[in-house]
Amino acid sequence: MNTLILQTTSRFLFTLLLLLSIFLLLRGHNEPGGGFIGALVAVGAYALYALAHGLSAARQLLPLPPLRLVGLGLLIALLSGLVGLLNQQPFMTGVWFKVLGLKLGTPVIFDIGVYLTVFGALLSAIFALEESAKEVR
Amino acid sequence: MIGAVLIAFLGALLAPWVERNLKQANWVLALLPLGLTIYFASLLPAVLEGAPLRHSVDWVPTLGVRLSFYLDGLSLLFALLICGIGTFIVIYSGGYLKGHPDLGRFYLIILLFMASMLGLVLADHFVTLFVMWELTSLTSYLLIGFNHREFRSRRAALQALLVTAGGGLALLAGLILLSGMAGTPYLSELPALQQHPLYLSALVLVLLGAFTKSAQFPFHFWLPNAMEAPTPVSAYLHSATMVKAGVYLLARLQPSLGSSEVWSSVLMAFGLVTLLTGATLTFRHTDLKRLLAYSTVAALGALVFAIGLVPLTSYYGAVGFATFLLAHSLYKGGLFMAAGAVDHEAGTRDIHQLSGLFRVMPITGVAVGLAALSLAGLPPVLGFIGKEVLYMASLQAAPAWMVGLAVLGFAVGATLATLLVVPFFRGQPPEGVHEGSPSLWLGPLVLAGLGLLVGLFPGLYNPLADAVASAVKGKAVEYHLKLWPGFNLALLLSLLTVLLGLGLYFLYPRLWAWMATDPLPGPENAYNALLRGLMRLAVGLARLLQNGSLRAYLVWTFAGLVGLVGLALLPKGLAWPQGAAPLKPALGLLVGLMLLGALAALRLRSHLGMVVVVGIVGAGVALLFLLQNAPDLAITQFLVETLTAILIALVLLQIPRLGRVPPGRPLDKLVALAFGGLITLLMLHMLGQPIAPHLSRFFAEKSLPEGFGQNIVNVILVDFRGLDTFGEIAVVGLAGLGVYALLRRRKEEH
Repeated sequence: MNTLILQTTSRFLFTLLLLLSIFLLLRGHNEPGGGFIGALVAVGAYALYALAHGLSAARQLLPLPPLRLVGLGLLIALLSGLVGLLNQQPFMTGVWFKVLGLKLGTPVIFDIGVYLTVFGALLSAIFALEESAKEVR
Repeated sequence: MIGAVLIAFLGALLAPWVERNLKQANWVLALLPLGLTIYFASLLPAVLEGAPLRHSVDWVPTLGVRLSFYLDGLSLLFALLICGIGTFIVIYSGGYLKGHPDLGRFYLIILLFMASMLGLVLADHFVTLFVMWELTSLTSYLLIGFNHREFRSRRAALQALLVTAGGGLALLAGLILLSGMAGTPYLSELPALQQHPLYLSALVLVLLGAFTKSAQFPFHFWLPNAMEAPTPVSAYLHSATMVKAGVYLLARLQPSLGSSEVWSSVLMAFGLVTLLTGATLTFRHTDLKRLLAYSTVAALGALVFAIGLVPLTSYYGAVGFATFLLAHSLYKGGLFMAAGAVDHEAGTRDIHQLSGLFRVMPITGVAVGLAALSLAGLPPVLGFIGKEVLYMASLQAAPAWMVGLAVLGFAVGATLATLLVVPFFRGQPPEGVHEGSPSLWLGPLVLAGLGLLVGLFPGLYNPLADAVASAVKGKAVEYHLKLWPGFNLALLLSLLTVLLGLGLYFLYPRLWAWMATDPLPGPENAYNALLRGLMRLAVGLARLLQNGSLRAYLVWTFAGLVGLVGLALLPKGLAWPQGAAPLKPALGLLVGLMLLGALAALRLRSHLGMVVVVGIVGAGVALLFLLQNAPDLAITQFLVETLTAILIALVLLQIPRLGRVPPGRPLDKLVALAFGGLITLLMLHMLGQPIAPHLSRFFAEKSLPEGFGQNIVNVILVDFRGLDTFGEIAVVGLAGLGVYALLRRRKEEH
């Protein structure tokens, strides 16, 4: 879809939506939001960009192929659960610590894992569908 | 001890890295099993003094499961065999699979197997035992199917897995039953259970596990097929160690389950039948590895027979078991490795095509000669002593006809030994064949040499043999192992065995021509029929349920859901919500809009239009959430609606020339109505249930102080119920992978 309006606005919207998605992810612990919701917004951003500028352009904006992001997300989620084991606590026990006055905990890291997994899985499906849709046309 | 098992597992994980970065990786990796062998050898004095070692840590404390290990004579013999033979197997693999692209993976799996097998024989808690037991089945599956591009390898791997893991399920049930009966999960604390009312059921289950693992009749067929594996695997798993796991378990449980008529008669009968089956089928083959595999089946039968004799004899049964076990592991491991070396150098394993090998492969020849002496049960090697004590045990307790059959079974061992040695001495050596590298002959030579050493000086093994026999017998056994027992009936039987074996050797060409022609019917046919039936059922079901029409899929799914949920719910009666709040005007307007959207979806005949109006319903639900103070749900609902619209639009683009939506058929309408009705009823039913307030109160109270978050929904997702979320995102990830794979596959088919 190479309309000028969509191509121009999608650039702004892409950045805005990504910012919003990260905002939602990080504030999730105290306000409405979280990894799952943040990931959905990010998928929307990429889907929009792909519609306006084509798949390969959208792919270039990804740090890793989507399926790798799935693996990375699952790994992060798993590792965040293992931290508690070091304190002789059961798997997935939350551990909290302060970094530069900011309160961080393994549940937040776990949420980042959720974010990456959901984002990667959905985006991979959307990209794959778009790719084969292009072939049919 | 726990450290030893852990180091074995960790070392295995490092193996691919070592293989990539070091030239002579096999010699370096062999240090791991070698070090473990030295460690276990250093525990010998303590164990021989009669004090078993124990060690355990909490594993799953909430279930009372402990990672516990127990070392007595029986475990120690197995541990030494596993690590000692493992050392030579690792060295041998480097020579045998030299330059194989997947060598790193091979080391990884074979060392993982070693660690699991070690865990199995040291396990005290039954859960530890079972987990290790299954790990050996899994690693064996991966190793048999190592050449996974070959159909035969894959088939053999699957067969071995289905048979042994099927037995493993029975074993799990048996172990649970046993620990319940005994009131303790520790194998070392099991009391005598012969009088318990559940004794027979537990016995049958345990026997199923042991017999499948140790390839007893009628489950023996998987073992010869497993010879598709690379030779180091056959030498290690399928002769010296894994197939003895079943035998180990029987020996371990002998004190608490033995001493009953059923035990002895079942074990002796199955052992003898297996011995004879292995012996008879030997005559059908000329492939070195297959010949050795059938002889392994026969030896496993002999070991089970020996365990059956333990409660009936004073101590011959237990000592015979201890001696023959070591003898067989040494000579069979060596013979397999030597067979692989011959195959590697001469390019064939067919005994009819091999000749004059001794002149070109003298070291391998010496190893085969010594091992064959043991196999034939001739002095002065350990195999002779082992067989001798077994004969004494059978003479003491078994009826004469059983002794006769056992002699016949062992005679075939002598025949096979002759068959193996002859190609080394008869005929001309083949062109261009020479001795392999040291890694190929070191293992066979050392193992066969040990057989000779212990045969000449049985006193070396005597203390450990006593300890093993005591563990199997359940009380202290002292026996003096001798190479020359003097003239007695057992010696006469040995002489008879050898003569009979030689006679069969001269009959061999005729027997082979007679037996090798037709495929024999056997229990493998039953296995194949079962598998075929299962496949046919699956294909039939798939044709019926997944015929390629999306409509049919939906009808089956919805009808199935309505049927199952309706059947489960309706007989109990449905609850009705009590005291509903009056409808607010804003809500009423929203619901009206949603109803309109739903009705429009029924009337519209354009696909895209339907997506839009269904979207109205979805957006309405999101607004509803918002009005009811559930912003989290509202955001999620909105986003899911948006992405669903994108996904559906993409799918619609894929379907060429879609046309208009056809009108619904009566059956479809009926199913749709039933499904919608069921969901409505379910919702009302849920509203009518009393909500357990303590849960929401718990989360509301604990969210901030213990989860450090004000958003209760999020804290539940990532903290309180984090494990559930982890499972869910794993499913999401797999679904993404599935979509990708499906679309990729379609692309390749085009």
